[in-house]
Amino acid sequence: MNELLAVQNLTVTLPTTRGPVDVVKDVSFTVGRDETVGIVGESGSGKSMTSLAIMGLLPRGAMTKGSIRLDGAELLHRTDREMRRIRGEQASMIFQDPLSSLNPYYTVGLQIEEMYRAHRGGSRKAARKAVVEALRQVGIPEPQERAGHYPHQFSGGQRQRIMIAMALVCSPALLIADEPTTALDVTVQAQILRLLADLQRQTHTGMVFITHDLAVIGSIATRVLVMCEGQQVEYGTAEQVFSAPRHAYTRRLLESIPRITDDLPADEVVL
Amino acid sequence: MARYLAGRIAGLVLILFTVCLFTYLIFFKLSPDPALLICGKTCTPERVTEIRTVLGIDKPFLTQFWDFLSGLIAGRDYGSGANSVHCPAPCLGYSFQTSQSVWEMVVDRLPVSATVAIGAAVLWLLAGITAGLLSAVKEGTWWDRSVMNLALGGASIPNYVLALALQYVLVVKLRILPFPSSVTFTDDPVLWFQSYLMPWIVLATGYACLYARLTRANVIDTLAENFMRTARSKGLSPVLTMRRHALRPALTPVTTIFGMDFAALLGGALITETVFGLDGVGKMAADSIAKNDQPVIMAVTLLAAFFVVVGNVLVDLLYTGLDPRVRIR
Repeated sequence: MNELLAVQNLTVTLPTTRGPVDVVKDVSFTVGRDETVGIVGESGSGKSMTSLAIMGLLPRGAMTKGSIRLDGAELLHRTDREMRRIRGEQASMIFQDPLSSLNPYYTVGLQIEEMYRAHRGGSRKAARKAVVEALRQVGIPEPQERAGHYPHQFSGGQRQRIMIAMALVCSPALLIADEPTTALDVTVQAQILRLLADLQRQTHTGMVFITHDLAVIGSIATRVLVMCEGQQVEYGTAEQVFSAPRHAYTRRLLESIPRITDDLPADEVVL
Repeated sequence: MARYLAGRIAGLVLILFTVCLFTYLIFFKLSPDPALLICGKTCTPERVTEIRTVLGIDKPFLTQFWDFLSGLIAGRDYGSGANSVHCPAPCLGYSFQTSQSVWEMVVDRLPVSATVAIGAAVLWLLAGITAGLLSAVKEGTWWDRSVMNLALGGASIPNYVLALALQYVLVVKLRILPFPSSVTFTDDPVLWFQSYLMPWIVLATGYACLYARLTRANVIDTLAENFMRTARSKGLSPVLTMRRHALRPALTPVTTIFGMDFAALLGGALITETVFGLDGVGKMAADSIAKNDQPVIMAVTLLAAFFVVVGNVLVDLLYTGLDPRVRIR
């Protein structure tokens, strides 16, 4: 079996004051080992809820239907204790805003170390070694020393590198990246994307890459899932989706990407 | 660090000086002639003038204020010649009522106030933080709602009402506790504890209720932080997630407020001490105000200001250890 992650007919229902709302409706996709699948959609389209469902981190009261299989094992309706062993060990996640996603009160070394020790146990010394190695892998200079620094002492791009180091320290099979470059400026964004692609090649991690930015998806994903209002409107290889979108929503999304070669209508030229 | 401390100490001195100046000014302008108070029944105009000279209150305001300040730092002499009285530094003068050295009065009573404050602080921290934490974790449940309503009620009961109610129930009706008396710990530890128990409870109640609400709010805010989501996504145990990632950010602001509340209490719990007849700084303040005992009023005002200002500096220093983002240059 080549599939790492298989999501089938996933429906997520959240209780609200106006009754239950399906925030994800009947979504299916697969991620192979070594593969990156992009999930695209605007805010509120259900991208993040899909990823939280995989991690078992949905808000309290959320109901799920369908199936999520990781390495053949069903993830839905597991106890929290069972999911804890999967989180970080088999599936990791990185988030949009690395500054607020790191605890400001602890050194980055400790925050990576505690994750390593939660899954691998062992001595602090061994964990420290793994931490330094993980930081080196994501390109943090002088990792030995920097492990003792606090999140606010790093730049935005470095913080996201630290998040990536943390997510990968236990060598998970699946990495979910939820808008990992949205809070970064464009040059840093490119560096982080390159880093993710490089690491993926080295570690053979399957990746779910969530973004609202189609240009980013084009550069990193092999397959693309387009979501709109909780529904899956398009799913196919990146090539298919970009060159021959079947759905009107995808076409509109594609058209919304500004291109430098676009001819501006004469009345909109302001320069 | 050294520069920071020097700056803070300079600020501290400036604030205390200002407090001195205003307190002195108020009593210089507003209080009735202390010489008349001291003079008593068999009073002659000559005697009043004499007392004024000895106290130095016949001099202009600035001279008097200067005498007070230099007495505080270097000690001073009252009167002249054979009858003069030397008041060693730090000289806060002598009570108009009892002729006791005010400094000695303060030194005598401070341990009582400190005992009241420390005992109450232990109680309110334990009760307030525990209740707040449980409420935050069980947000929205009946437990949360009842604790928070109770806390609102508790915070709105005036000290003296609670004190009288407790005394009535525990001392008069149920006879569980003796009426509070001034005993030291070494004299009779059991009676000492029984005497302080009610003051502790009374003083702690209001604070515990406020701290419960504060802790609850802080913990709920922290639980919603992104780094809590990260901690969960790392597969950490709920205990570690809570203890390491939620508690420290949530309780750090509580430390700040605790430092200031506690410092203020060292300056005397006026109502509690008075109701329970404890001879602390607070009762001394109440008595001195009732009797217009100017040197004592000056002393308790200064003392309270001193504790608050010093407490503030200490909290700031402590904060640099608690929150790595705060560093002193």
